[in-house]
Amino acid sequence: MRLPNQPIANHPPTPSLTRRGNEDLVLTKEGCPEGGVVLASLEPERYEVNARPTYHFGMPRRDFFKVLGGGIAVFCLLDRTLGAQEAGRGGFRRDQALPQEISAWLHVNENGEVTVYTGKVEVGQDIRTSLTQAVAEELSVAPGSIHLLMGDTDRVPFDMGTFGSRTTPTMSPQLRRASAAAREVLIGLAAEAWKVDQAKLVAANGIVTDPESRRSASYGELAKGRELAKAIPAEDPLTPAAQWKVMGKPLGKVTGRDIVTGRHRYPSDIKLPGMLYGKVLRPPAFGATLSSLDAHKAEQIPGVTVVHDGNFVGVAAPSARVAESALAALSATWNSAPRQPSGAEIFQYFKKNAQPGEERNGHAIGSIEKGLAEASQRLEQTYTVSYIAHAPLEPRAAVAEWKDGKLTVWTGTQRPFGVRGELAEAFHLPEDHVRVVMPDMGSGYGGKHTGEAAAEAARLAQAAGRPVKLTWTREEEFTWAYFRPAGVIEVSAGVASDGSITAWEFHNYNSGAAAIGTLYNIPNQRIQFHPVNSPLRQGSYRSLAATANHFARESFMDELAHLAHMDPLEFRLKNLTDTRLRAALEAAGEKFGWEQNKPQPGRGFAKGRTLRGCGIAGGFDKGGYVATCAEVAVDPATRQVRVVRVVTAFDCGAVVNPDGLRNQIEGANNMGIGGALFEAIQFENGRILNPHFAQYRVPRFSDAPAIEVVLIDRRDVPSAGAGETPIVGIAPAIGNAIFAATGKRLRALPMAPKGV
Amino acid sequence: MARVTELLINGVKYSVDVDAGASLLSVLRDDLDLTGSKYGCGEGQCGACTVLLAGAPRRSCITPVGDAARKPITTMEGLEKDGQLHPVQQAFLDEDVMQCGYCTSGMIMTAVGLLKVHPDPTDQEIARYLEGHICRCGTYQRIIAAVRRAAKSMQEVRS
Repeated sequence: MRLPNQPIANHPPTPSLTRRGNEDLVLTKEGCPEGGVVLASLEPERYEVNARPTYHFGMPRRDFFKVLGGGIAVFCLLDRTLGAQEAGRGGFRRDQALPQEISAWLHVNENGEVTVYTGKVEVGQDIRTSLTQAVAEELSVAPGSIHLLMGDTDRVPFDMGTFGSRTTPTMSPQLRRASAAAREVLIGLAAEAWKVDQAKLVAANGIVTDPESRRSASYGELAKGRELAKAIPAEDPLTPAAQWKVMGKPLGKVTGRDIVTGRHRYPSDIKLPGMLYGKVLRPPAFGATLSSLDAHKAEQIPGVTVVHDGNFVGVAAPSARVAESALAALSATWNSAPRQPSGAEIFQYFKKNAQPGEERNGHAIGSIEKGLAEASQRLEQTYTVSYIAHAPLEPRAAVAEWKDGKLTVWTGTQRPFGVRGELAEAFHLPEDHVRVVMPDMGSGYGGKHTGEAAAEAARLAQAAGRPVKLTWTREEEFTWAYFRPAGVIEVSAGVASDGSITAWEFHNYNSGAAAIGTLYNIPNQRIQFHPVNSPLRQGSYRSLAATANHFARESFMDELAHLAHMDPLEFRLKNLTDTRLRAALEAAGEKFGWEQNKPQPGRGFAKGRTLRGCGIAGGFDKGGYVATCAEVAVDPATRQVRVVRVVTAFDCGAVVNPDGLRNQIEGANNMGIGGALFEAIQFENGRILNPHFAQYRVPRFSDAPAIEVVLIDRRDVPSAGAGETPIVGIAPAIGNAIFAATGKRLRALPMAPKGV
Repeated sequence: MARVTELLINGVKYSVDVDAGASLLSVLRDDLDLTGSKYGCGEGQCGACTVLLAGAPRRSCITPVGDAARKPITTMEGLEKDGQLHPVQQAFLDEDVMQCGYCTSGMIMTAVGLLKVHPDPTDQEIARYLEGHICRCGTYQRIIAAVRRAAKSMQEVRS
C-alpha cells in the first residue's frame, strides 16, 4: 500500500547527521518578532558561543528502523528549498539517502508510543514539558505517550545548543510540523485500509476514527508492520493557537515524579560498572603554569592513577575519598601567574582597554548634537555591573568511558554537540568517535556551554583504562567555570520641555551587546558596544548583557523622569509607541497599583520606621516584552534592602504552558534579586576570593518577595522563548524603588551588598 | 580509624565498609548508589544533601558516616510507600514546584522533618526553617506553597 504523494521506503538508509553551523544562532533575522521592531535585538551576541563547527563528520549509517523498530518516522528538514529538492513531494525513495539537514525527528512505534529526537536539552526551563505539549497538540496523542530523547549526540540530529531562548520559537514549530505530518500519514493509512476519503477521518487521543462507519484504529495498530519514513519541508500549516487543546494549558513537569522520588539521574548521578573517581589539581591562580610535580606519594596509594599532561594534573582512584587523599598527596610547584587586573580596578581597566565601538554592535541615527541642542535638560550617568557566577546547584560533572577507541561522556551541558567538538579536538579524534549524552541536568542559566569536566574525566579515563567520574566541587565551579561579564555603561541624553527625549547616547564596555538598543522613540541615537579583553573568563548568562543594558537604560529613564518632573511610568509611555511594551507596562502598573504607590519626590531616610518605595522598569529581548514593578523596604537602622513585592507582566506571544511560564517568571525575579542587590565575584590578581556559598550570597527564602505575574497571552503572535527575558526588569525596578524610598540613586550592580 | 560496617537506610540494613570519618553523603551516593541525595556544595551551605537522621534533617555532606551508624536514616528514595507518594512529594507535584529539580530532594527532606515537629507552620516559619536551602531556579514561593499544602493534607488524614 502506498500513500498518494508519499513514496514509501521500506528500509531507508540512516540520515547522515551533518552538523549545521548557524541554524540556531541566538540572533538571526528569522527570530525577529512582529516585523522587526527592534534591530538592536538582532545584533550578534558577543559572548554566545556561535562559531561554525570545524568538522563535518557524518554519523555511521545504520538502518533506521532496525534501531527504532517499525512504525512511522518523520524528519524535520531545516531548509525548505532543500527539503523540496531532496525529498520530492515530501517523501523520499527507498534508494535515496535521507536528506542531510535534519533538525529533529519523530517516531511512532507499533505500540503507538511516540519518541521525539531533538538536540535541545532540559536544564530546568522545562522544554521537555512544553515540547511534549507541542507534539501532543499536533499529533493528537496524550502527552503521557510521548518521550523526548534529548541531547544524545549519537541519537539526535545536530543542534547548536540550548541557549538564546530559541527552543520555543524554532524547535517547537519544527516538532509540531513533524507531528502534524505523522498524524496525516496515520490518517492516510486508515483511509487506505478502510477505502474512505482521508478528509472524513478524525484523529484524536492516538486513535483515528471514521465518524460515518464508526470504525477506529489506534496509532499503534496503524503503525504495525510499517516502516514508513517521511521528510517534511517545514511549511505545513500548524494548528492556530485559538484552536489549541493541549498547548496553551498548564501541564505539570513531565519528569516531576521521577524527581520527587529521586529516581531521575542527573549527570552527577551517573554510575558505570568499574568506574573510578577523578580529581584535578588546580593552579593557585589563573594563568599559573606547572613548574614541577612530585607524584610519588600519590602513586603509592593502591588503585590510584596519576595523570600529568602539560599543565593538566589529575588523579583517578577507586573512590572519591581516595581520590581526594591522592590529590592531597601530590606535591606541585607553580610558576607565578602574570599580573592581572583585580576587582577594585576593573571598571577603570575596561575604560582604559576598550576597543573602539563596533558599528555592527550598535548604531547611530540622527544627530546627537542636534538632539542635545533641542533639549531643555541634559543628563549623563555611568553604571557598572560586576562579574557574577551562575552557581548552578549541580556543579559540572561528567562520567567518561573509552571503548574500542570511542569515547562516551555523560555530562551536564547546554551544548552536547559543542562538547563533542571540544572532546574531538582535545583527543584528536574524529567527531564520530565521540558521543556526548546529556541527562536532564541541575540547571545552567547559560553557565554550562562548555565541557571542562567532560575533557578532564575523559583524560583520566584514558589513562586509567577504566570509566572515570568527575564532579567539580563548589569551589571549582565558582572558580574554573566562567562568569557573567562585568561592564561599564555610560548613558547621556537630552529631554525637551514636554518630556520627550531628544538625544540618546549609550556606550557599553565589555558586558555585551544584547538588548543594547532602545524601544523608546528617540530621533537621535548613538549606541555602541566596546569589547574589552576580560581578565576573568566570561560567557553567556541568563539574558546576558540584556540585564546590564536594561539596568542602565531603565535606571536612567527613571533619572530622566525625575529630571523632567514626570511620573516614571508616564514618562516612559510618553516616549514609547511600541504597543506590546506599552501594554506590558500598563498591565504591570495596573496590577501593582502604580497610581496609589507611585513615588513622591524628595523622600529621604526617616528615623525609626521602615522606608518603602516603588519602582518600575520595562524592556524587550529575544521576542519577549516585560514590565516589572517592585516595592522595597529599607531598614533605617541596618540600611538593608528587602524586596517586598514584585509584579511582572510578560508578553512572549502565544503562551504554551501558562504555569510553566509563571514558574520561569517567578524564578527569574528571584534569581535577578541576587544580581541586583548582592551577588558579585570578588577577585584579585588571578584569584577568586569568594568561591563558596558562605561568601557569595545567593537569594534564599528570606529574600523571596511576594510575586504576582500577569501573562499577556498574545494568541495572534508566534510564541517566543521565555526562560531569560523576564529577568531583565527586576534590577532596575528595585533600583528605582530604592531611589523612591531613600532618595539615593544606586548605579552599580550589585546595588546594596551591605545595605544602602 | 574506626570503621562503619552497617547502615540502616529507609528501613533496610546495608552492609558497608567505610571509614567512620567519611561523609554520609559520599557513602550514600558512591558506595550505595542512593543518588537521590545531591551534592551541591559539600559545606552544609545549600541543603541539597539533606537526609533525616533519626527523623531530624541533617546535612549529609558534613555528617561523618560514623554519626549515622545505628541511627535510622531516611533519604529521598525512602519516602514513597507502596507506590504512594509522601504528602510532601505529592504537594511538590501539585504545586508544580520544580524547574531543574536538583534542590528538591533536600527541600522535601527538610519539609518532612519540619512537619513532624511542627504540623501547622506559617509561611514565615516554613521560610525560616528552609532558609539553609538554596534553589537557584528561584522556586521559593512554590516550595512554601507546597509545604503548606502538604501540611494541610496531612492534617486532613489525621482528623
